[in-house]
Amino acid sequence: MSANAQMVAKYKNNFLKEVQEQVEMGEWVKMCMQCGVCSGSCPTNFHPGWEHPPQEIFMMIRAGKREEVLTSPSMWMCTSCYNCIVRCPRKLPITHIMHGLANYAHRLGMAPKMQPTRHFAKLFWNNCVKTGRVNELKLSMGLYFKDGFGQGIKNGMAMKDVALGLLKAKRLNPFEMLGGHKCKDQNGIHAMLKKARELEEKRKAIKAAA
Amino acid sequence: MSAEKKVAAYICKGCGLGERLDADALVNVAQKEGKVQLARSHDLLCSAEGVDLIKNDVANEGVTHIMIGACSRRAKTEAFYFPQNAVARANLREGVIWIRPDTEEARETTQEMAEDYIRMGCAEVKAMSAPAGNPNTGSARTLLVVGGGVSGMTAALEASRTGYPVVLVEKSGQLGGWAAKLWKRIPVHEPFKAPAGTGVADLVAQIQADPNIKVYLNATVTKTDGAPGRFEVQIATESGSVATEDIGAIIQATGSEPYDANKLPELGYGKSPDVVDQAGLEALARAANGGPILKPSDGKPVRSVAFVQCAGQRDADGQHLPYCSGYCCNASIKQAMYFKDGNPDIDTTILFTDLRTPGNGEDFYRSAQEKGVIFSKGKVASVSPGAGALTVNFHDLILDDKDAKLEVDLVVLATGQVPNSGVDIEALSKPPVEGEGGEATVEAKPISILNLQYRQGPDVPQLKWGFTDSHFICFPYETRRTGIYTVGPVRRPMDMAQAREDATGATLKAIQAIENAQLGRAAHPRSGDLSFPKVRLEGCTQCKRCTVECPFGAIDEDEKRFPLFNESRCRRCGTCMGACPVRVISFENYSVDTVGSQIKAVDIPDEFSEKPRILILACENDAYPALDMAGMQHNEYSAFVRIVPIRCLGSVNTIWITDALNAGYDGVMLMGCKHGENYQCHFVKGSELGRYRLSKIDDTLKNLNLETDRVRDLEVAITDIEHVPAMINQYAERIVEMGMSPFKSF
Ligand code: SF4
Ligand code: SF4
Ligand code: SF4
Repeated sequence: MSANAQMVAKYKNNFLKEVQEQVEMGEWVKMCMQCGVCSGSCPTNFHPGWEHPPQEIFMMIRAGKREEVLTSPSMWMCTSCYNCIVRCPRKLPITHIMHGLANYAHRLGMAPKMQPTRHFAKLFWNNCVKTGRVNELKLSMGLYFKDGFGQGIKNGMAMKDVALGLLKAKRLNPFEMLGGHKCKDQNGIHAMLKKARELEEKRKAIKAAA
Repeated sequence: MSAEKKVAAYICKGCGLGERLDADALVNVAQKEGKVQLARSHDLLCSAEGVDLIKNDVANEGVTHIMIGACSRRAKTEAFYFPQNAVARANLREGVIWIRPDTEEARETTQEMAEDYIRMGCAEVKAMSAPAGNPNTGSARTLLVVGGGVSGMTAALEASRTGYPVVLVEKSGQLGGWAAKLWKRIPVHEPFKAPAGTGVADLVAQIQADPNIKVYLNATVTKTDGAPGRFEVQIATESGSVATEDIGAIIQATGSEPYDANKLPELGYGKSPDVVDQAGLEALARAANGGPILKPSDGKPVRSVAFVQCAGQRDADGQHLPYCSGYCCNASIKQAMYFKDGNPDIDTTILFTDLRTPGNGEDFYRSAQEKGVIFSKGKVASVSPGAGALTVNFHDLILDDKDAKLEVDLVVLATGQVPNSGVDIEALSKPPVEGEGGEATVEAKPISILNLQYRQGPDVPQLKWGFTDSHFICFPYETRRTGIYTVGPVRRPMDMAQAREDATGATLKAIQAIENAQLGRAAHPRSGDLSFPKVRLEGCTQCKRCTVECPFGAIDEDEKRFPLFNESRCRRCGTCMGACPVRVISFENYSVDTVGSQIKAVDIPDEFSEKPRILILACENDAYPALDMAGMQHNEYSAFVRIVPIRCLGSVNTIWITDALNAGYDGVMLMGCKHGENYQCHFVKGSELGRYRLSKIDDTLKNLNLETDRVRDLEVAITDIEHVPAMINQYAERIVEMGMSPFKSF
């Protein structure tokens, strides 16, 4: 059974409960009083990609709109400006809930596939945890070729002057493409990340038990 | 008091008066023109020495009438307190030097102003006599409380603890009212997190243990006659016995009933036993007695419940209650906790359009959210009973989903409060209008509660939507029936905490009424006033204007159809005096003559002087204090005005205006309180009645061949401190523009 199907089976129709137990800071969602201050404060408010402002997302969670919430690009649009957190009269950690929801949707494989923020986040994470360092060349290549090979070439050509400049200034090493350098204690990094995951699982289990 | 009238005038030179004005000239004016027998000036009249000077003259010189030319009549009232004498005050400080510039060129007009006020004060005091108090006092000290719910019981206990005996009349067989039917109440103490015990049993026990409180159960008031301090009340019990009690003041705490949910079939009421109103849910919770609440239909425990807020309330279509009852959001939160506190797995959803949680309800609301109660902003369209469950169809207002649905076991409708206010006496006096729709009406309750033997009808007037009268702006407990107070949800929708506060406050007001009635003094708002309306019946034409216009139902008719004043019911507003076409109603210290002679005392310069004179009749409750405060802030205004304080616009007799215009005043400004649905003057309807009467003044002006702008009616509130000088100055300019009155030469 997929992770998503497992959760559906576990929580049946109670999406609010699922969010409370599975999403980082999800226990706060019930405390929203629907005043709309967060939505009014959000700078991405007028962006067409911003389907549902935070207030609406919270209401959708309570209304059990699981599919709509988890597949929504909205959480991925958050710029972490913290305007909403500062203003929420109920002191909800809205920014963190937004990231928590995005992360949860991603783990369940529900998040919109080619949503740019998500794509970039994924590239960055995979790139970074592998060696403990970000390989900038690979990261930018990955981004250029997001929408296919042809588009990747076009993007590369558009940026070629910048690339040449960086080369001259010795800020870009083409040989990094072949592997790149690593951090000193790569195993240490991996162990640390593993531990972090364990802690997270433990915390969730405690929350679910409460 | 000595039989002979001896008038003395005192001019104060303190507070800068001595520097700004020629005090000797003022003394001279008082003597020569005011014709007082004694006139003196003093450096600081309100000092002990100054007051002694006056007292000494009263004791040794036989002075009976005192005219004080100093500060406003609103200032230094304790120093200048001479209850045995007639006292008039000429306002030289707030009314003259503080509103005029301290310049050489202004000196002349400022002095003229002061001299006029001295003339006016002397004329006024001569027309006065010292008020002696109403002789028809009553000494009953018992408080009648009608209604044995939380409001009524609170009032009874408060009065008893203060030392006043109480008669408590309850129409049902037991005390406690609606509160006794609750399982728990909204919390009133920290931390406002969970429903609390109602405390009703304790209140009932206290009442029963109190020898000072006499309780009549299964009883109604069948007759209320008399006035504060001497009400005679008949109480009939179901068994047929009738008792008569002597009562000092009355508290009506007849409460409310839930709006009839049978009128909401679209919300499923009556169609499924699992749709209940809030009272119905309280009954279920009491039956469960702490255990799981069971569905009425099949007796199985409720697993999910929806609360529908504003059911039959805040209805713009005129079908149901137009108002918000203010307590039901908190009540639904409380009821949702009945479920959640017992079993957190029960789904509880509150469907609201605006959640209104007054008091500490915000903490209570938050606590409910913590407990997992779901709050959804949505307007419920219908509740449809189906097999085993109810479907609530609503418009989700956040997600704008018009077809949102919720399946639940139980639906609770928050239907709100309808007052038990007795007979709508205004509807009684109006013929029924046929086919008048639109405006929402709350059904009239045909049974009288107090059965008052007043000319104006058997119950206290109603204000709006069937709620009883209240001076909602300043004195919420005051009805238009002196000594009768309405408290609790009969007055406006409210919860228990508010009702208890209401009852406590009104009890204190009732005690004041009892005490003042005993001493023959006014209770409110001219608390302690000893004057009262006197009527010279020989001149009365039985036109009934006074009886009809008195906003307080103080005047009945005797067998010969003459007005019969019940002084203890009277507020001393003077509306009757303003209304009387033959001018036979007066107060000892306020009459057609006291004001009229002031108007005539002003020295009117001739038409070539370029000094117009404008008379201002200013309501002493709002406009006059505003003018005084304008003085305190040194907001200047024209020296052409002469201001006479009046008790209320309602007391203005049109003769004053015609007299003023005939005497050569160039303009008259009337300053009274705003009226209309959302406004009240101190005397509730006084300014409205006065204005109605004055609306006819245009004809008088036309007859005199004068411009209609010679009389201006202005609305002035006590806060118009900046605005009122501007109004005056604009009008003074307008008068200059219009030119002098042609009546000066006569
Ligand atoms: S500001 Fe806070 S309480 Fe208001 S809608 Fe947003 S999250 Fe809810
Ligand atoms: S932190 Fe995110 S959700 Fe909050 S206002 Fe900023 S962009 Fe909007
Ligand atoms: S009109 Fe005013 S002054 Fe006259 S009887 Fe009524 S309350 Fe008293």
